[in-house]
Amino acid sequence: MSAVTDAARVAAPGNPLSQSVRDSLVIAKRNLIRMSRIPEMVIFGLIQPIMFVVLFSYVFGGSMNIGGTTDSSVYREFLMAGIFAQTVTFATAGAGAGIADDMHKGLIDRFRSLPMARGAVLTGRTLADLVQTALTLFVLAMVALLVGWRTHTNIGEVLGAFGLLLLLGYAFTWVGALIGLSVRTPEAATSGGLIWLFPVTFISNAFVDSSRMTPWLQHVADWNPFSATVQACRVLFGNPGVSPSDAWPMQHPVWASLIYSVLIILIFRTLAVRKYRSATA
Amino acid sequence: MPGAIYAEGLVKTFGDVRALDGVDLDVPEGTVLGLLGPNGAGKTTAVRCLTTLLKPDSGSAVVAGVDVLKHPDAVRRSIGLSGQFAAVDEYLTGRENLQMVGQLYQMKAKQAKVRAIELLEQFDLADAADRPTKTYSGGMRRRLDLAAALVVSPPVMFMDEPTTGLDPRNRQLLWEVIKQLVSAGTTLLLTTQYLEEADHLAHDIAVVDHGHVIATGTSDELKARTGGERVEVVVHEREHIQAASEVLRGFGKGDTTVEDHMRKLTVPVTGGAKLLAEVIRELDTRGIEIDDIGLRRPTLDDVFLSLTGHAAEAKDEGNDKKEDAK
Repeated sequence: MSAVTDAARVAAPGNPLSQSVRDSLVIAKRNLIRMSRIPEMVIFGLIQPIMFVVLFSYVFGGSMNIGGTTDSSVYREFLMAGIFAQTVTFATAGAGAGIADDMHKGLIDRFRSLPMARGAVLTGRTLADLVQTALTLFVLAMVALLVGWRTHTNIGEVLGAFGLLLLLGYAFTWVGALIGLSVRTPEAATSGGLIWLFPVTFISNAFVDSSRMTPWLQHVADWNPFSATVQACRVLFGNPGVSPSDAWPMQHPVWASLIYSVLIILIFRTLAVRKYRSATA
Repeated sequence: MPGAIYAEGLVKTFGDVRALDGVDLDVPEGTVLGLLGPNGAGKTTAVRCLTTLLKPDSGSAVVAGVDVLKHPDAVRRSIGLSGQFAAVDEYLTGRENLQMVGQLYQMKAKQAKVRAIELLEQFDLADAADRPTKTYSGGMRRRLDLAAALVVSPPVMFMDEPTTGLDPRNRQLLWEVIKQLVSAGTTLLLTTQYLEEADHLAHDIAVVDHGHVIATGTSDELKARTGGERVEVVVHEREHIQAASEVLRGFGKGDTTVEDHMRKLTVPVTGGAKLLAEVIRELDTRGIEIDDIGLRRPTLDDVFLSLTGHAAEAKDEGNDKKEDAK
């Protein structure tokens, strides 16, 4: 086996980081082309949050007490940060299903047999999902404006809030990536990517005033990473219903949101890439 | 000097199943090895280990001169893999699929584009180049999958059951492509359940069963091992069976078997066509009328049966699929 020395001859070309970026972009482009050819997926992804906006604001609107008032227009402004945050986290299911589908169809095998950067298949997928999330968020913001949502701060703060939302969505797609690599079928990835999101998004300050919850539940809600982003958005949008809780993430929501999202990315990216390296269809 | 594909003592277990139980392979450069075996024999697992998709529990492998376990990335630059399923993105067009694979082989975008056009022409897919592959037939998808494996003209190719599920026309087409590849110097490891395919394409055959290589050799060598040629005679009248049997005894190198209801007699012989002519003459002289006579060589099916004690088509397919899927 003296021929092993030949390994040097075919050593990796270029620097690994630029290869990784390039490969990720190739995969991101592939996923974006896919999405553009399955427009119904994008459309369904839009209909759901719009439905939530309409249902929550008109059905729950008059009976929710936010900051001492049950005025439904106050609730509508309160609600939007929650819906935005919930919408970005639902990208988890899409990422998971997409990756599970690639596994199922043997594409992950093909990619793994190619001399490409190890994390690129997953990074490319999550980047494409980020683009889709941004698009969804934009349309949703337009609908929100139509039903009476307004911001009361400067443009920088508003954009900052959307930035935090996108970062949260990006972080959650890495959770989806790990789920997609761990389940056997795309269907399982879709439901597996969604069910845990319900407690995460509901045991939070997204739809109700968390200070009215049972103390232990309020505690969970205050420290829920999801709540931090919602709280940060309300602060940055100047929307009503900012939680007065003295839990650290509620007092420093922007920092908390950033830290949580970065932590989620670091942890789940590491786990997902490790899983990918040993993935077998 | 080990061959372009070399494996020694590969072992891989999945739970209780020893999918590979010490597999040794050696494929000289520029030749085709047919890995022949029923479902679940370990063919796919072997390919997955050699193509860096799976880490064997023990053993070593060298592909294109590179240690698979130590430098998997370097191996990936030198191999093409066409798996059991056509691994193409169904929402991308044929052209987009090939360009993507080219870029992931680290080609420049422009270079990948040019290569995609060449391959689409070569695989008779130019007309369908800009249609999503969802609209392709099974044969077209398979061809595209193979084209994707050939984007960088890798020196070593792995094909896992390349023609499974294809109609005869597409199978022929694929065989032609494979032959061209090999004549251009590519080393190929091909797994198949079709004995005919191994016979047709492979220089050497390794018969695998239950994770072991149970026999290796050329197709002729394996056939010779099973026993040589036989003469088969079908007589017209049932009454002539006895007389024909006497004639065959004079030429045969062993016992004559008689299938009464089919009026068929079979006897092992040596001497080939010349002997066959003599048998015919003798039968004619004795006035024995025949419906059919022929010199039969053993097929790889016979080889398989005599080596493994069971036919090539595994019965417990459900079980095996699961194992193969891993």
